[in-house]
Amino acid sequence: MSIKHSLLAILTLGDCHGYQLRTELISRTSDSYSINIGQIYATLERLERDGLVAASDANEDGQIRYSITESGRGEAAEWLTAPVEHSAAQRDELAMKLALAVTLPGVDVDAMLTSQRLASLQALQNLTTVKQQTDERNPAELAWILVIDSQIFAVEAQLRWLDHVGGLLNRAAARGLSTQTDIQPNPAKRGRPAKASQK
Amino acid sequence: MNQPLIELHNITKVYGSGDSTVNALNNVSISVAAGELVAIMGASGSGKSSLLAIAGGLDRPTSGTGQIAGVELFTRSSERIAKLRRQTIGYVFQDFNLIPALTVMQNVALPLELDGLPASKARAEALVALTTMGIETLVKRFPDEISGGQRQRVAIARSFVGPRRVILADEPTGALDSRTGEAVIRALRERIDGGAAGILVTHDAKNAAWADRILLLKDGEITSETKTVRRAEELLSND
Ligand SMILES: Nc1ncnc2c1ncn2[C@@H]1O[C@H](COP(=O)(O)OP(=O)(O)OP(=O)(O)O)[C@@H](O)[C@H]1O
Ligand SMILES: [Mg+2]
Repeated sequence: MSIKHSLLAILTLGDCHGYQLRTELISRTSDSYSINIGQIYATLERLERDGLVAASDANEDGQIRYSITESGRGEAAEWLTAPVEHSAAQRDELAMKLALAVTLPGVDVDAMLTSQRLASLQALQNLTTVKQQTDERNPAELAWILVIDSQIFAVEAQLRWLDHVGGLLNRAAARGLSTQTDIQPNPAKRGRPAKASQK
Repeated sequence: MNQPLIELHNITKVYGSGDSTVNALNNVSISVAAGELVAIMGASGSGKSSLLAIAGGLDRPTSGTGQIAGVELFTRSSERIAKLRRQTIGYVFQDFNLIPALTVMQNVALPLELDGLPASKARAEALVALTTMGIETLVKRFPDEISGGQRQRVAIARSFVGPRRVILADEPTGALDSRTGEAVIRALRERIDGGAAGILVTHDAKNAAWADRILLLKDGEITSETKTVRRAEELLSND
């Protein structure tokens, strides 16, 4: 999540002090991630340097007010409307673990899938008890519901993926295919790996 | 002691005979108390609908015993079971099972009318259930004049109508979008919290997560169970 852009988005509503920005950010995103005041000030400094916000002189209490500039406004609008990219590079611990496990002899992948499924179901149940206590007619709770729902859908997607993996492995096993592989012999020591085939 | 509203003991179900038999359920036991919702998940063909049909007195097991609200299911006369189904059990069929010749209102009011309630009173109750499902404007239509998702909600309204204390729902949100599905499950949860007992068969983990317990069925056997930790405050205050 971009703190920089989140702060700009809040500043489109009016000028704020640093601590005010922190409070606004936390309440508007239901404290979905923790952020300290140091991060806020460091970000504001960079925003000022880049001309996206302007800082007032400190008042007698030493407080500085930040206001958004025209280019800051443009940046905020662009961020809000741009879709969030899915980065394929992001490593999913579970996918990595399973990918590795299927290549190893003596690992009970079925048991791994089952215990992961139960853990995910349990997580889903816990999230749902939290959700059950929310009231979507209360506007103050909407941000909170949004955050819980995003977690609920993510766990659900993981559960469906686990079912999918289970089916995939069953079909592979039914075809008598083994996914287990031994360590490959050491490739040539120098230079590029030898070409697989040469005409 | 508070007796569970739904009790099934050592249920085994074998379909067919000779060399074409299917072992659909193998020694399954479940008990569900008032105020409790149990979800059943499992792959297609794992026996979920078979189990629910037996719990609802719609089918007999090959062996095993069961009680609904203290009434013995498989040894009683069929009239006794029929009465139980009119008064106590709300059943949502996987394929809705609406009566095509009756309007939406008549479909929902039917169990109450069969039970001897005056038509006007039955209709008033039906309207309450239909309103809960957000389809009160469809009362005069026939099942083939409404959408699949609306039919599904009519079927749920019928299972909710009147003072039903046992709700058995087979994939009740299969035809619904995620938002509507959630509203239906919330309504079910409220009904259970009001003192009913329920079994919810579903493929959707998001829905199952509203239950107090989730049973996983595999090849006719319960292989595992997860319980909800109903301590939301604890989960919320991790900082
Ligand atoms: N009347 C029947 N006669 C013979 N076999 C049946 C009958 N009803 C169900 N079966 C078989 O019993 C097994 C369990 O079926 P059941 O309908 O209970 O599965 P399910 O878990 O509800 O599946 P789905 O998720 O597809 O609804 C299946 O193999 C099915 O083919
Ligand atoms: Mg079924």
